[in-house]
Amino acid sequence: MLAFLIRRITQSAVVLLVMSVLVFVGVFYIGNPIDILIAPDATPAEYARAVSELGLDKPLWEQYFVFLKGALQGNFGNSFVYNEPALQIILTRLPATLELAFTAMFMAVFLGIPLGMVAGIQHDNWIGRNIMRFSILGFSLPTFWVGLMLIIIFSVQLGWLPSGGRGETVELMGIPVSFLTWDGLRHLILPATNLALFKTSLAIRLSRAGVQENLQMDYVKFARAKGLSNTRIIGLHVMKNIMIPVITVLGMELGNLIAFAVVTETIFSWPGMGKLVIDSIGVLDRPIIVAYLLITVTMFIFINLLVDVFYSILDPRVRLGDER
Amino acid sequence: MRKQLLVVVAVLACLTLGISSALAKDLTLGLKGEPTSLDPHFHNVTNNNQQALYLFDKLIRQDSRQKLQPGLAVTWKPIADTTWEFKLRKGVTFHDGSPFTAEDVKFTLERIPNVPNSPSSFTFAVSAIKEVEIVDPLTIRVHTENPAPLLPRMFASFTIVSKKNAQGMTTEDFNSGKAAIGTGPYKLVEWVRGDRTVYARNDAYWGEKSPWEKIIIRPITNDGTRVASLKSGDVDLINFVPPADVKHLEKDSGIKLSKSASTRLIYLHLDSNRDVTPTVTGNDGSVIKNPMKDSRVRKAISKAINREAIAARIMEGLAIPASQMVPDGYAGTSTKLKAEPYDPQGAKALLTEAGYPDGFKITIHGPNDRYVNDGDIAQAIAQMLTKVGIRTEVNTMPKAVYFGRASALEFSLMLVGWATDTGEQSNCLASLLHTYDKEKGFGASNRGRYSNPLVDQKLEEALVTVDPAKHNQLIIEATEIGIGDTGIVPIHYQVNVWGSRKGLAYNGRTDGYTLPREIIVK
Repeated sequence: MLAFLIRRITQSAVVLLVMSVLVFVGVFYIGNPIDILIAPDATPAEYARAVSELGLDKPLWEQYFVFLKGALQGNFGNSFVYNEPALQIILTRLPATLELAFTAMFMAVFLGIPLGMVAGIQHDNWIGRNIMRFSILGFSLPTFWVGLMLIIIFSVQLGWLPSGGRGETVELMGIPVSFLTWDGLRHLILPATNLALFKTSLAIRLSRAGVQENLQMDYVKFARAKGLSNTRIIGLHVMKNIMIPVITVLGMELGNLIAFAVVTETIFSWPGMGKLVIDSIGVLDRPIIVAYLLITVTMFIFINLLVDVFYSILDPRVRLGDER
Repeated sequence: MRKQLLVVVAVLACLTLGISSALAKDLTLGLKGEPTSLDPHFHNVTNNNQQALYLFDKLIRQDSRQKLQPGLAVTWKPIADTTWEFKLRKGVTFHDGSPFTAEDVKFTLERIPNVPNSPSSFTFAVSAIKEVEIVDPLTIRVHTENPAPLLPRMFASFTIVSKKNAQGMTTEDFNSGKAAIGTGPYKLVEWVRGDRTVYARNDAYWGEKSPWEKIIIRPITNDGTRVASLKSGDVDLINFVPPADVKHLEKDSGIKLSKSASTRLIYLHLDSNRDVTPTVTGNDGSVIKNPMKDSRVRKAISKAINREAIAARIMEGLAIPASQMVPDGYAGTSTKLKAEPYDPQGAKALLTEAGYPDGFKITIHGPNDRYVNDGDIAQAIAQMLTKVGIRTEVNTMPKAVYFGRASALEFSLMLVGWATDTGEQSNCLASLLHTYDKEKGFGASNRGRYSNPLVDQKLEEALVTVDPAKHNQLIIEATEIGIGDTGIVPIHYQVNVWGSRKGLAYNGRTDGYTLPREIIVK
């Protein structure tokens, strides 16, 4: 286990280093940010001054090494447009994104799994079929379209829920959250629903397949023969068995939710990291883009590692390390 | 069942009440962008400059048509060729109660060129200054190296900060609100990046009293969401209503649209200096001499463009065909210049005369996320040019890629926009039509590298002529020469649209700013 962890961490460091080069070079070749940042009527002297203040006059390799040196000390450089540390700006936006992602995941788990189990048990009647129809919609409709539809229906037509923004927040252990206030909760519902739609469909399909597969199994037949109630068989024994794949997949999807909530955040003007990175790409704010991508990569590496470790705990047949 | 229904009704009632109970004394604005900083001297860009005016004041204000009006300075006049005297307003205080004096002005002028890491500063506005002399607490004299007729214009571009509160402070201190203390109509309550900025009325304000106790600004970058927020009543007023939504919003009885011409010019820059230009070839693909060095070819391109059609169809009526760099009626505009009429026959004749009876091949480059319908405009222009024999391809790209390549002179024909900050024409002449000159600081955005010694000479003379009439005359002459020679091809001025809930209207501004003092309550 320890050897496995050490090897994985070393590998991760190499992946991060390679990614940092790719991202840095890629962002460098998109274009010169100064042409977007500077007022068009700035004189050439002013232009030159801004270029040198932002360190853009240095060759690529030198810029990279300045960046790398800072990054190793946890400093990803100052944002060009905010003039504050890039990492700090991203971290202040992180709680909003996490809140949205976790709410969406919560909805996916607590709606998707029960619905999927119902669909699995009642697979031949209208309830099961309608649940499956819903999941097909959830899979195939584009997020931005659903988002706009939600706004048009629930904000514009019915006027029940706000169309965007985060609403009132309160501090929970120093972190602003909106789910603890009524106003904040109302702001959270639509974007979280929009983000949860795909994951809910995924949970429905996974748990339906799991239920159908398990119901055929001998242990279920045996339990039935023993006279256990249907509720107990499904609620306890089947449930336990379908949870492993569902949780594994959803766990990995959580990374996607956090990293790629971009579309939902933009449509609902939710002040999270996704919106920040879109705005930053618009003005080529290199330090933010680079820091964001590296944070995302780190997060995925970490989540994958966790999933591997948990898997080995949940299922003793899975061994970490070399199987020769 | 009945009980459940009651619960549902009760919940719904709460939700709806929550919306209608929004305080009537508050005003919520949904704006397309957000400032990058609350430090008014850090980043010279529209979103920052606009929101700086909530907290701070300028010495000299620009009215909604960008004419100069007294601000913190009540009068200004040249007392010698190289000296301007400003009389300051009496009885003005900063948000913390400290009085506004000449010291604050001097401090501001000295701070502007020294803001660290500024991606775009206001240094241009103070670079002419040699010395700032405080005569008494309410009088300053600004001495310049050379005569500076545009000094008041320049002083109308930045806001005044408080020496007491801003000395030794960084941009971060402004962002946190610690140093964001001005003389403006509103005080800062909080700024939550990406979500909202909240302002409270400054009851001690020297100027017009605002009817709202609180103003909340929400940045909503997505066009569809911004319109939806207005329709749902989440916000009271939005800016930059997208042209495609104008028609259906006009039919909505709960919404009022306000339109205003802007100084945002959409124009073409043509590579008119190099012998060989990157994207021009002969019809057979062979390398040819740059045809756009010939002013007849440039004129032909201008004549081939149907500006009325672009304004009517692509811009849905929200554009005004342009004749020069700033709209008619502004300082330094020529009354002789008219928008070039659509004349394909004339264009063909000019091309033949210039030795291109069969035209040539060219690519038009443009951004696709910067100006209203920019990609579509480039497409339309390409079709119009192809019609007169110039076979034109289109290549549009995100602004993040486009501007860097355009400044690196990779393009031959490019679609660009320009909005004057100073509200007069010399600033456009200096950046777009004057020969590129790094030393003297001219031609910064002259991406076609147009060069005409006559334009240069008239402009440079105007820039040291303090007498307003003479100054204006020289600017007009320079404009007539440069535009007459088709140094750039003006297409149109954008029209901005604001949308508000019933009971409010917006007196549009040509600079596109959304300011509380222009909001009309009915």
